Amino acid sequence: MAPVRGDGMRGLAVFISDIRNCKSKEAEIKRINKELANIRSKFKGDKTLDGYQKKKYVCKLLFIFLLGHDIDFGHMEAVNLLSSNKYSEKQIGYLFISVLVNTNSDLIKLIIQSIKNDLQSRNPIHVNLALQCIANIGSRDMAEAFSNEIPKLLVSGDTMDVVKQSAALCLLRLFRTCPDIIPGGEWTSRIIHLLNDQHMGVVTAATSLIDALVKKNPEEYKGCVSLAVSRLSRIVTASYTDLQDYTYYFVPAPWLSVKLLRLLQNYNPPTEDPGVRGRLNECLETILNKAQEPPKSKKVQHSNAKNAVLFEAINLIIHNDSEASLLVRACNQLGQFLSNRETNLRYLALESMCHLATSEFSHEAVKKHQEVVILSMKMEKDVSVRQQAVDLLYAMCDRSNAEEIVQEMLNYLETADYSIREEMVLKVAILAEKYATDYTWYVDVILNLIRIAGDYVSEEVWYRVIQIVINREEVQGYAAKTVFEALQAPACHENMVKVGGYILGEFGNLIAGDSRSAPMVQFKLLHSKYHLCSSMTRALLLSTYIKFINLFPEIRGTIQDVFRQHSNLRSADAELQQRASEYLQLSIVASTDVLATVLEEMPSFPERESSILAVLKKKKPGRVPENAEIRDNKSPVPNSHAQNNAQNNHTSSANNANASSDLLGLSTPPANQSGTLIDVLGDIYSTTNGNSSVINNSKKFVFKNNGVLFENDLLQIGVKSEFRQNLGRLGLYYGNKTQTALQNFVPTLQWSAEDALKLNVQIKAVEPTLEAGAQIQQLLTAECIDHYVGAPSIIMSFRVNGGAIQKITVNLPLTVNKFFEPTEMNAESFFARWRNLGGEQQRAQRVFKAQQPLDLPGARNKLTGFGLQLLDSIDPNPDNMVCAGIIHTQAHKVGCLLRLEPNKQAQMFRLTIRSSLEAVTQEICELLVDQF
Amino acid sequence: MLQFMLLFSRQGKLRLQKWYVAHSDKVKKKITRELITTILSRKPKMCSFLEWKDCTIVYKRYASLYFCCAIEQNDNELLTLEVIHRYVELLDKYFGSVCELDIIFNFEKAYFILDELLVGGEIQETSKKNVLKAIAAQDVLQEDEAADGALRDIGLL
Repeated sequence: MAPVRGDGMRGLAVFISDIRNCKSKEAEIKRINKELANIRSKFKGDKTLDGYQKKKYVCKLLFIFLLGHDIDFGHMEAVNLLSSNKYSEKQIGYLFISVLVNTNSDLIKLIIQSIKNDLQSRNPIHVNLALQCIANIGSRDMAEAFSNEIPKLLVSGDTMDVVKQSAALCLLRLFRTCPDIIPGGEWTSRIIHLLNDQHMGVVTAATSLIDALVKKNPEEYKGCVSLAVSRLSRIVTASYTDLQDYTYYFVPAPWLSVKLLRLLQNYNPPTEDPGVRGRLNECLETILNKAQEPPKSKKVQHSNAKNAVLFEAINLIIHNDSEASLLVRACNQLGQFLSNRETNLRYLALESMCHLATSEFSHEAVKKHQEVVILSMKMEKDVSVRQQAVDLLYAMCDRSNAEEIVQEMLNYLETADYSIREEMVLKVAILAEKYATDYTWYVDVILNLIRIAGDYVSEEVWYRVIQIVINREEVQGYAAKTVFEALQAPACHENMVKVGGYILGEFGNLIAGDSRSAPMVQFKLLHSKYHLCSSMTRALLLSTYIKFINLFPEIRGTIQDVFRQHSNLRSADAELQQRASEYLQLSIVASTDVLATVLEEMPSFPERESSILAVLKKKKPGRVPENAEIRDNKSPVPNSHAQNNAQNNHTSSANNANASSDLLGLSTPPANQSGTLIDVLGDIYSTTNGNSSVINNSKKFVFKNNGVLFENDLLQIGVKSEFRQNLGRLGLYYGNKTQTALQNFVPTLQWSAEDALKLNVQIKAVEPTLEAGAQIQQLLTAECIDHYVGAPSIIMSFRVNGGAIQKITVNLPLTVNKFFEPTEMNAESFFARWRNLGGEQQRAQRVFKAQQPLDLPGARNKLTGFGLQLLDSIDPNPDNMVCAGIIHTQAHKVGCLLRLEPNKQAQMFRLTIRSSLEAVTQEICELLVDQF
Repeated sequence: MLQFMLLFSRQGKLRLQKWYVAHSDKVKKKITRELITTILSRKPKMCSFLEWKDCTIVYKRYASLYFCCAIEQNDNELLTLEVIHRYVELLDKYFGSVCELDIIFNFEKAYFILDELLVGGEIQETSKKNVLKAIAAQDVLQEDEAADGALRDIGLL
């Protein structure tokens, strides 16, 4: 170890040695705690410490922090060091501040004051220390405090070069926090002209700053282009001796060259001036020529620096995308790198070629390297390089080579790293769809994908194959035949069962003529997989079976037996149970004509951008290599591709959300599902997931009539209700979720005799035993005689396994608003009534905090669900909601008006109710408050 | 722009860290841990670049020390390797065949040298000579002060 110059700190060295000599983590922590206690006592002690001691202790704290321990004191001492007149103390103070002080510190004002002093110093070393500290912290406070000084330092003639360099980068850092710090006007040209500075270090630092400024305001800084091209031209034509210490391993000024080339990528085209453009192209050609020269040194530093410039030049050539000859030369150069022995170069060459593949000028040139790229995908030792090769194959794929590339990718997929499989599956699926001229090929590819990498095939992929098969008649028979064959494999992936189930359910009839795939054979094949599948897939298969009943009436009996099976009809899974019982009934009660209508072939899906592409984009934002035709809009299918491409990612992912949810409607059943099949518990699938949690939805039922009212581990209670005038009917559905019967099962109505005079509720008795997995229904009728408050509830009492009686109380959705009739009226009559109901007893008003986030469309839905008529264009403020309705009771009808005013800023709502009866006004207000 | 630079040993001990973007200590520790594990598990002939979150990691091993930088997606990977190399050269020149111990015992010097090379995540001075000149000037200031102190101690000043 060399002796340290400057002044060493013995105490620090001893402490570091101590730490290094600690045999265990515990010993280290003990030693550190001892030191922390020591430093704390020194800092707190009465004896004033001299600068050296302060510096030493601050330095020790810094070391302890860097070991990974938290430091919560010493900041003040460090700030004190900033104003020391000894440079070594000041420097340690600054170091501590930049490593340990966060931007919100209370000390920031003191720090800023010290920095101000140092910026005024005549010693450039002090000034630089201050500038580096500003750049390290880079907070808004600093930007505001120094917005005058730093630009001045940067362009002033008196400033020394080293200070200018720091000032340029310091300003850049502050600009990133606070873009308005840069003065405009005459400053612009002075900053641009730093590109002409004598000192290469100044130019290098200034170029970074200008690059950022140009990105913000390209027009204002346009003047930098010609200066940058001249500077670049001087560098590339310089011999390596010209630039002295700015030549790095025989490469003249590689950092500045790269920065200038980056700067020029901010404009497209870089310049209108043909002269400047010519000079730039000369520069680029020279760089390409130099790449062909024999290396001036065998050192990797030489080749790295030289190639760094070359790759940046190629980036600029790709960015300009106008000079065919340069693009092709760049491609050939990269082609050579593909077989270089440096892994780094192969990696970068593959990456750069991805961009070349998307240019019409160089796409063909890239394709010449297809074989090498395929080899890279298979043979590279480093998975990140293999990944680049996959990306490039994806980018260079077009109609002419699609079959080969897709096949190679499929072959490779069998052995590919787990980390890249999912993405590869998406890419193969996209390419196969895009370049399919023959859809039998497409079907083969996707089924292969499922066979080879079933676990990595996401929902979108198999949804998509079904959309395409359904939309293309010519491939339906082939798809049915192929998927039937694929299902015969002894172990086949569940995704295959899903595709198989769906396709055979739609098009199984197309292959039923062949005795080897007769209806019964198809059914048995599918059903042999049934018990191995998840309930989602089983639900899908049940739909396939009911479709079979329509397609093949001859096997109806067998299928009905399956529906009747205990495990289906009484399945613990509500969705399966429901499908089994409803499909069974449908097959029994419906005539052939009705069956044929209900179970008709699915209509075509609207053509749209492949949802898979959106998934891929989402997976790697900003990093998806483009596939050539995606950019050119030459895509053959689907038709709407061109329009969709024009939209941004955002909309396509919105599309995707629809596309993936509406195919089967399983995961998120649409609200209006209960058209043909009576869907009592429509949203059961979405609410049964959290099995262990207790769901008690009664509050939500103020706004709706059907759904799951309550659920815990044992019991699920669903409700379906309807109301007309002052009468209502409720069906309660009790589902036993356990494996044993619930005994002594008695639901009792809880509603006082006094209340019953206003709301009369009749309840039918139910069987006292609720079998395992079974569901029973209980009917209630309600008659509203007079207005009332609250709602009846029901107490469920039962025993499990002969244990103690359990009780569950659930409020019934029988609040007074259920007897609302929505009332339409115009502005004039609304306001007339509103004024009439202005009495003290008739009004109620409440202000309450909105639920986050404030949801206006949601609020409108709720009001409609509440039973009121939304009256639009009555309130001049479109955000305000105005409603009217009449509550029907036997005794009288109560008109009711409502106004709900959101305050977006305060995230509050103001609710006003007016009605002819005070009690009703209050009750409606109570029911609605805090619900939005 | 460089996001941060980490120096760590083959045993996974962090020796130096410099952050050019603001993160909380917790996040810094998490990033550091993750990267050290990732990089130490890579084989010698593997590519020096890897995609990581939304940036690119560039790393290189010198003897027992790994130097690791995070750059933005459009930054030049090869040249970042040479930023690392230039820093190693500077350390080497300053300490005279630098070893891990020099950086442990003189971590503050390692920081001062880095601050001359990079400011705010951008290269400030690529000339080796100029950086060393700046560091030497700092040392001269310190030595003067030390000499003053000594003279003051024996009553000569």
